[in-house]
Amino acid sequence: MTVTDVRVAETYLPRRDDPAGPEVRRTMSNTRRSDVFAVVGAAASSIALSSVIFTQLAPFDAILGFVVVSYLLFLGIYTLLVSLDESGPTVRDRLAAALIHSLAFVMLVGLVLVVGYTFWRGRQALVHLNFYYQDMGLAGPLQPLSVGGVKHAIVGTLEQIGIALAITIPLGIIGAVFLSEVPGPFSRFVRIIVEAMTALPSIVAGLFIFAMVILGLGVDKSGMAAGLALSVMMLPIIIRAADVVIRLVPGTLREAALALGASQWRTIWHVVLPTARSGITTAVILGTARGIGETSPVLLTAGFAQTLNANPTSGAQTSLPLYTFQMVRTGEPGLIARAFGAAAVLMVLVLFLFVLARLIGGRAPGQLSRGQRRRRVRASRRDAVRFAARDNARRPDLLDTDKAGS
Amino acid sequence: MTATLSDLSSVTVTPSTPDGPEDSPRRIRLRRARSDVLFRAIARAGGSVVLAVMLLVGLFLGVRAVPAVRAVGFGFLTTQNWVPAQLDFGVAGVLVGTVLIALVAISIAVPLATGAALYISEYAPSRLQPVLVNLVDLMAAVPSVVYGIWGFFLLQPHILVRGELGDGLPRFLTTYLGWIPFFQVDDYNPRDPAASPTALTSSTFVAGIIVSMMVTPIIASVMREVFSQAPLGEREGAFALGATKWGMIRSVVLPFGRGGMIGGTMLGLGRALGETIGVFLVISMVFVIQPHILQTGGGSIAALIALRYSDDAGIALAALMAAGLVLFGMTLVVNFAAGIIISRSRSGAASEA
Repeated sequence: MTVTDVRVAETYLPRRDDPAGPEVRRTMSNTRRSDVFAVVGAAASSIALSSVIFTQLAPFDAILGFVVVSYLLFLGIYTLLVSLDESGPTVRDRLAAALIHSLAFVMLVGLVLVVGYTFWRGRQALVHLNFYYQDMGLAGPLQPLSVGGVKHAIVGTLEQIGIALAITIPLGIIGAVFLSEVPGPFSRFVRIIVEAMTALPSIVAGLFIFAMVILGLGVDKSGMAAGLALSVMMLPIIIRAADVVIRLVPGTLREAALALGASQWRTIWHVVLPTARSGITTAVILGTARGIGETSPVLLTAGFAQTLNANPTSGAQTSLPLYTFQMVRTGEPGLIARAFGAAAVLMVLVLFLFVLARLIGGRAPGQLSRGQRRRRVRASRRDAVRFAARDNARRPDLLDTDKAGS
Repeated sequence: MTATLSDLSSVTVTPSTPDGPEDSPRRIRLRRARSDVLFRAIARAGGSVVLAVMLLVGLFLGVRAVPAVRAVGFGFLTTQNWVPAQLDFGVAGVLVGTVLIALVAISIAVPLATGAALYISEYAPSRLQPVLVNLVDLMAAVPSVVYGIWGFFLLQPHILVRGELGDGLPRFLTTYLGWIPFFQVDDYNPRDPAASPTALTSSTFVAGIIVSMMVTPIIASVMREVFSQAPLGEREGAFALGATKWGMIRSVVLPFGRGGMIGGTMLGLGRALGETIGVFLVISMVFVIQPHILQTGGGSIAALIALRYSDDAGIALAALMAAGLVLFGMTLVVNFAAGIIISRSRSGAASEA
């Protein structure tokens, strides 16, 4: 069949018995071969050119300088290559894309450097098991790493964050519920204050507790005071995050509960809070992750102890960030190795909390986890069985009324 | 009331007795159950406690700071020294230092954060996107002491000021851009091979870079949030008009997210102003105004408090409280402004159900 006998305005429909020929998969990708060539070529030539500059022409030898010069050359050569066969807007587009990609890459490198370096330097201390179950009571500054550890700091960190959580979880959730469920000028004012307080410098929180509790009430520096300082710092963070999540609960759910005759309290307890549960948990855990790593409020309020003090109400107590900080300040190589070990332990704690937060939270309100969905399916199956039983029980008199009607 | 038939055809008339009383709006009275009254009382009390704690912070610092302010008066804001025993103290030097560190941090963090946020919201493959979002949030959760020791042990000696000569960015800047007053370093000749690189360490610039690593993720996560809310219709409109991706970003995403960008930047600025440990570990404190950001010595109010809090003498402590109050006021103003800008912008987090 030829195309010539098809008239101009008609649609040409291929017939079933037409030889279609082999189908060619269409490429959906946005990148063309020439784009890849441009990037690779520009990279290769920029590195080559800056190598020539650094080894043959100029007396430079800094690595940082080499990277910067190669990068600038790369941008220039890349622009040149693209402009050979593209128009102005496309060249700008490619250049912007290259810049944005490299900025994101720099940030990623920063994160990897920070985390990786801490673990790399901490490895010396981390391989000794005694690092986890001994305190520093027997370990002087020159003692090898096989003596002494951070048990006291781990205990201190957990106790202080525990105290802070015991205060901030109830107060934070009540505060967030107040902000979103009892609207009015007063709650608006509280919200403004709380939002402004989220950036409260942590050292000011420490200074406040130092002034009020330690100097004002005459309490010794202790884990309790540190926990109070941490809660002052964490409270606005938790309230704000929880408030945002509670406000995301669909209004229709609330209205449905109220329309069914539930009181406001019942609505919040049985509808709003369960719906926002994963988000509130995330808020609390992220606040904890912030609080657990804070050094400055603890520095002012907890004192510093070399041995285990499990009693938060009296005596100095050390926490992991404080331990890291104080060990670094000594400048003693052995103690600095311990400091990196403690920082690595702290990072693991933060990482653990963070992953936990993402596993629990990260879901929009009302979106169910697999377990919740299974539970809901079971409940509705139970209901179905119950309804069926009720219907069966009713059937005889239904039939009776039918007979009576006819 | 006289209504003809033709009127009635188009107007709805509520039937009422012809000679009844005038219609009036029903008065709606809300009677709350006892449990609700109790609940609202508890919630209000909780809110009041939160408010009280927050106000107490300012109040307590203020009350404790009174002796210091009474002793030196307005000189507290202009004196460049910190010897409380001789009643010679003021925050002028450290205040300028705080602002300079924050400015260095912000000027590094904002381009980085903008790039990262744009990459995550516009360029990253959709499968990679949630991973990157989590990475940025994780970076924000890394404790400040970790950034501090990273800066002190890796960034400063191995990247910025390397070896005998102090090779690196600060040396380059002062050698070639030293004619700009900010980049000038006193008593240091970069062309003299015997010049000690210690003149370039522990500077405002190094501290600023460390702080920038801390605030970048905060700024980036606010910006990403806002960029990803840019309306799809407008994006597609830009593409349909023939815009390239960058053209679309410039004409839709960036204007839409401007409020969020400014607000996020100010949030980061607030964090940078109050950062303590990262600055304290690296900087060597001076109490005079030090405008040369590359030169050793600098200061911040937070680091000053961490350094001197163990001074027990009454007036010294009062002076620290006053310094804390200044810092508190500064961050509060910046944060208020950030909150207002974010909420006023079109891209504000309008999540009211």
